[in-house]
This record gives sequence, C-alpha cells and structure tokens, in this order.
Amino acid sequence: MGLRLPRVGTAQIGALALILAANWVVSPQFFDIRLQDGRLFGSLIDVLNRGAPVALLSLGMVLVIAMRGIDLSVGAVMAISGAIAASLADSHSLPVVLAAALGAGLLCGLWNGFLVAVLGIQPIVATLILMVAGRGIAQLITEGRIVTFTSPDLAFLGGGSVLGVPTPIVLALAMLALTLAVVRGTALGLMIEASGGNPRASALAGIGTKLITLAVYVWSGLCAALAGIVAAADILGADANNAGLWLELDAILAVVIGGTSLFGGRFSIILAVVGALIIQAMNTGILLSGLPPETNLVVKAVVVLAVLLAQSPRLGTHLAGLGVLLGLRKA
Amino acid sequence: MIRSLARLMPVLATTAVFLAGFLVCSLVYPNFASMRVVMNLMTDNAFLGIVAVGMTFVIISGGIDLSVGSVIGFTTVFLALAIERWGVPPLLAFVLILVICAGFGACMGAVIQYFELPAFIVTLAGMFLARGVSFLLSTESIPINAELYAHLSDHAIRFGSGARLTVPAIIMLAVVIGGMVLLHLTRFGANVYALGGSRAATALMGINVPRTTVLIYTLSSVLAGLSGIVFSLYTSSGYSLSAVGVELDAIAAVVIGGTLLSGGYGFVFGSFVGVLIQGLIQTYISFDGSLSSWWAKIATGLLLFAFIAFQQITLHLARRPARRSGRPSPPPPAAIAQGVVRP
Repeated sequence: MGLRLPRVGTAQIGALALILAANWVVSPQFFDIRLQDGRLFGSLIDVLNRGAPVALLSLGMVLVIAMRGIDLSVGAVMAISGAIAASLADSHSLPVVLAAALGAGLLCGLWNGFLVAVLGIQPIVATLILMVAGRGIAQLITEGRIVTFTSPDLAFLGGGSVLGVPTPIVLALAMLALTLAVVRGTALGLMIEASGGNPRASALAGIGTKLITLAVYVWSGLCAALAGIVAAADILGADANNAGLWLELDAILAVVIGGTSLFGGRFSIILAVVGALIIQAMNTGILLSGLPPETNLVVKAVVVLAVLLAQSPRLGTHLAGLGVLLGLRKA
Repeated sequence: MIRSLARLMPVLATTAVFLAGFLVCSLVYPNFASMRVVMNLMTDNAFLGIVAVGMTFVIISGGIDLSVGSVIGFTTVFLALAIERWGVPPLLAFVLILVICAGFGACMGAVIQYFELPAFIVTLAGMFLARGVSFLLSTESIPINAELYAHLSDHAIRFGSGARLTVPAIIMLAVVIGGMVLLHLTRFGANVYALGGSRAATALMGINVPRTTVLIYTLSSVLAGLSGIVFSLYTSSGYSLSAVGVELDAIAAVVIGGTLLSGGYGFVFGSFVGVLIQGLIQTYISFDGSLSSWWAKIATGLLLFAFIAFQQITLHLARRPARRSGRPSPPPPAAIAQGVVRP
C-alpha cells in the first residue's frame, strides 16, 4: 500500500452534490436562503448549522484515526463540557465558562492520550473507559438534572450569528482553518502520515510518535469540548444523558466517508468535514422528504457499507472473480 | 503448574474482586448475603451474560462486535410483532429469529473476512442496520401477552426464602457452560484462540480461517438473538430502543473478565464474573437508595481502567524475564497475543 496522497475528493464532493440535488428534488425551496433579522435562514444553512458539531468532532477524529487510533469518548466529552458550560454560564463570565469547558476537554484528551501513548493501551479500549465513565461524570456535574441557563453570551455561540452566518458554522470554519494551518501548514501532517503508516519506522526515524499521539488525542478532546459547548448553547441547557449521544459514531463515519484510511497513514481533513456535511444532508433530506426519521439509520448503514466496500483492498479481486463467474472475462 | 496458575491470574483476580465486592456489600447490608440477591443478580443480568459469552469468542479471535445491542433490540421487536400481530407461535418465532440472526452474523463475518475490513467498522454498520430495521418495524413498545411467556416467567427452580432460579438465569448458565466447553474443549475453540494469536500463522497452519471467522460472528449474533429472546421474556415486551449500549456493557464485562482486547487470550468464565461484577455494582446502588445510577457508570469505568492497567503490568512482567535470560521457553499466551499486535 505505502503512502498515497489523499485522492482528490471527487467521490465525496460528488456524493454531497448528489444528496443536495436529491434534497432539492424532494423540497424545491431547499436552496432558498433568505436574510431575516440579520441572520441567514434556509435549509442549506440548516444543514451547515446542524452539521457543525459533527464537523467539529471529525476535525479531531480524523487526526486520531490517521494515527491508527480511534476516539470513542468524544460524545461523553461533549456531555462533560456541555454540563460544565451550562452550570457555570449564569454565574461566571464567558471567558471563564469557555476556559473551564475547554479545559475539561483538554484534560479528557490528555487522559486518553496518556493511556494510549504512555501506557500503550489499544485506543479502542483506552477511550472506551472515558466513554463509559464520562457520561457518569457529566451527570455528576449536573447532579442528574437537565441544567438550563439564560446567559445570552453563551447562547450566542449556539444561536447567534456573525455577519449573518450562524455562530456554529463560523466556529467550525475557524477550527477547520486552524487545524489545516497547524497540520498541513507545518511538517506535522507529514509526521502524522508517517507515524500512522508505520509507527515503529517513524519512531526510529526520529519522529516523536508518542508526543504526536498525545497531541492528537488532546486535539480531539478540545474539538469535542467545543462541540459540546455549541450543542449546549444551542438548546440553552445540558442534558448529560443525551448530549452527544452516538455522535462518536457519526464522527467516525464522517472521517471514513471522507476517505481517511482506518489503517492509518492517509487522511484528509477537509474531506472529513465534507463527510460530516454528507451525513447531515442525508438527515435533513430524510426529514424534508417526509419519510419516517426511522429510515435514517438504515440509510446510514447502507452508506457505511457502500463506502467500506469501495475502500476495501479486496474489492477489485472479488469484482474480477464475479466477472469470471458471469463469463464476462476469461480467468 | 505455576505457569498454568499464572495463565489463570486475570480470571482469579476478577473472581477475587467479585468475592471481595460481595463481602463488602454483605458487611454494609446484612440482608445482602442471601440466595435471593444472588438469584436476582443472575436473572437481572441474564441477557448481558449471554451476549458476553458471544463477545468473548469475538474478542479472543481479535475482533469486536458492536452490533449485539441492536440485534437484541431487533429481536425483541421482531418477536413482539411476530407473536402479537402476525400470529406466529412463540416457539416458531424463536427459531425464526435465531435463523435470521445467524444469517446476519454470517454476513458480517463474510464481509470482514472477504473484504478484509476492520471488524469494528463493519459491525458498526451492522449496528446501524439492525437498529434501523427495528425502528422501521415499530417505534412503540409492544407488550407480549402470549401464554408461553406467562408460563415461562412463572416457571423457576425455587429455593427457600423467595430465591428463584428463573428461566433466563438457567438459559444464561447453560450458555456459559456451553461456551466454556466450546471454547476450551473443541477444535473450533482452539481455532478461535489461534486466530487471535496470529491470523497469518493460523492460515499457514492449514486452519480454515474464513470458515472460522464467519462462524465466530454467526455465533455472536445467534447468542445476541438468544439474549434478545431472554430480554423479551424478562420484560414481556418488544421495543426498538431496548438494549441500547449493551455492546459496551458486554465489552466491559469481557475486559473486566481478563480477556485481552488484542485477542488470543481469555476465558468465558471471566466474562461471566465480569457480568456479575457489573450487576453487583448496580445491586449495591439500588440497596443504598441514595446513590444515583450514574455512579454505576463511573464505577464501571474505574474497574475497566484498573483491569486494563493490571493487564498491562502483568504483560510487562511476563515479557521481562524471558528477554533477560534469553531462554527459548515460550512466553505466556498473553504476551504472544500482545507481541503480535505491537511487535
């Protein structure tokens, strides 16, 4: 296999365009965008806005997966940071609230990174611990209640807008730009690709594999914390039971749809975000089409399978075998 | 002798933790140490125990099955609809659902094997699919009023003082014993261990790897289906949202039971004790009354961490002397499994 440059994401962008077009067919006003009270409204904006939390998660997840890892705890981290933000919002100023919530995400990321990089525990198990315990911690913070707040400062992060663009979109774009600048603007991206492709060889070549592993989990924790803040700000409250529930799966799905190899070493940050948008466009499309929302999971399953089969190293062989079987080709 | 004892260390540790935990609970609550509590522990966690046995096979073979919770949910919905709406006799419905589950597991195993995809993501798709199909079948909770259900939930082996060994508990114990026999005494079981140790070496030894892989995931799904039957017996209803997150409880039970998540090493009995420990935590919390249920999650997380840290330390110690003295004697299977993953 070796290292390959990320394929130009024609497949992903094509899929997104296809889904958007399908949405337009079922709901002709899909592309209508109007300006109301200084904020943009419309289904397309809604897709971007609702997709922002998963897009934020996928920014961290893509780097973790590129290092051959996985972070199952992002949903629980969202619940923790959302719980902290909501409990502090009415008694403290916004910077304090943000620092506390993001700090919690940082600590969660450090914990995961410590388990994986220093103790050498497999990522799926290491992050499973926080996935199980994290929701309990979040409930400890909210004391099992749904904490609500009225602070307009924090609410702005979920429901406000900057120059007409909803804040979650702005935050997601800013984080995307920051991630791109740090990872692709420096040698870090190359080091991540090298370490993901072959950790041992990279370590021997002098790359600080352990430090990078720690860093990607910390970044994933930070992104999850920000997503948690946005989610809490959106509903003006924190529900430790349901905030970010199953979003780790959506984030992983987004990264996989984005063509990042689960075997490490090949990743694309932008396409992971496109993957998140594809998922959200599907959700919105199913809602718009009037199909029962229950179809959502089945459609998702079919998409995952299709993407997986397309990624499979063995697909060509089996297709060729099928061709022989059907007499289309000589063996 | 010493080596075989060392091999059993994780299971012994888990059992010791369970016994110590039970002792502490009994000291705090004098009513705790009764047959009734033990029997209820078995009944309440029967469905988890059954799933954990299947998960043990999958994890020892180096895979993972995230779909089991959804398969349980699907099974309960299917049974409720088949029995209540379509008029299928319960026993026939049981057979039907087990066949469906077997087919589902076999498909997942085949995709994992023939397309060389990570089990984690394939079973994730399976999880979405099973949950989605059960949503499509019905989103409401359907009560099951069949006579067989009332009969089965009445049926139990009674001990004195209200202790009852219920049908779910009997099924779980049978599955645990059956799982132990299958894993430790049959060729299939040996193949499962071999697969977890090294796929390539297993194939070179002439073992039919594709067949074994497909069978392992079939087994896991069938046991998840059986667990769904038990779950529907336990709740007398079918609901598409039932057993959400059970896959994680099952994985946690397997890990607490001493099985290595990298594969190649583990025991069915350990997973059984792991399930009992999780049940014990919940029983303690319900005895206490003032503690909230979220402590169960934190306690499970802490236990997971403790056992994983314990595994890492024993692996570390197991590897050290062999390296220093340069003896050709084989390291414990645990070290082999770990060595394969991180050579």
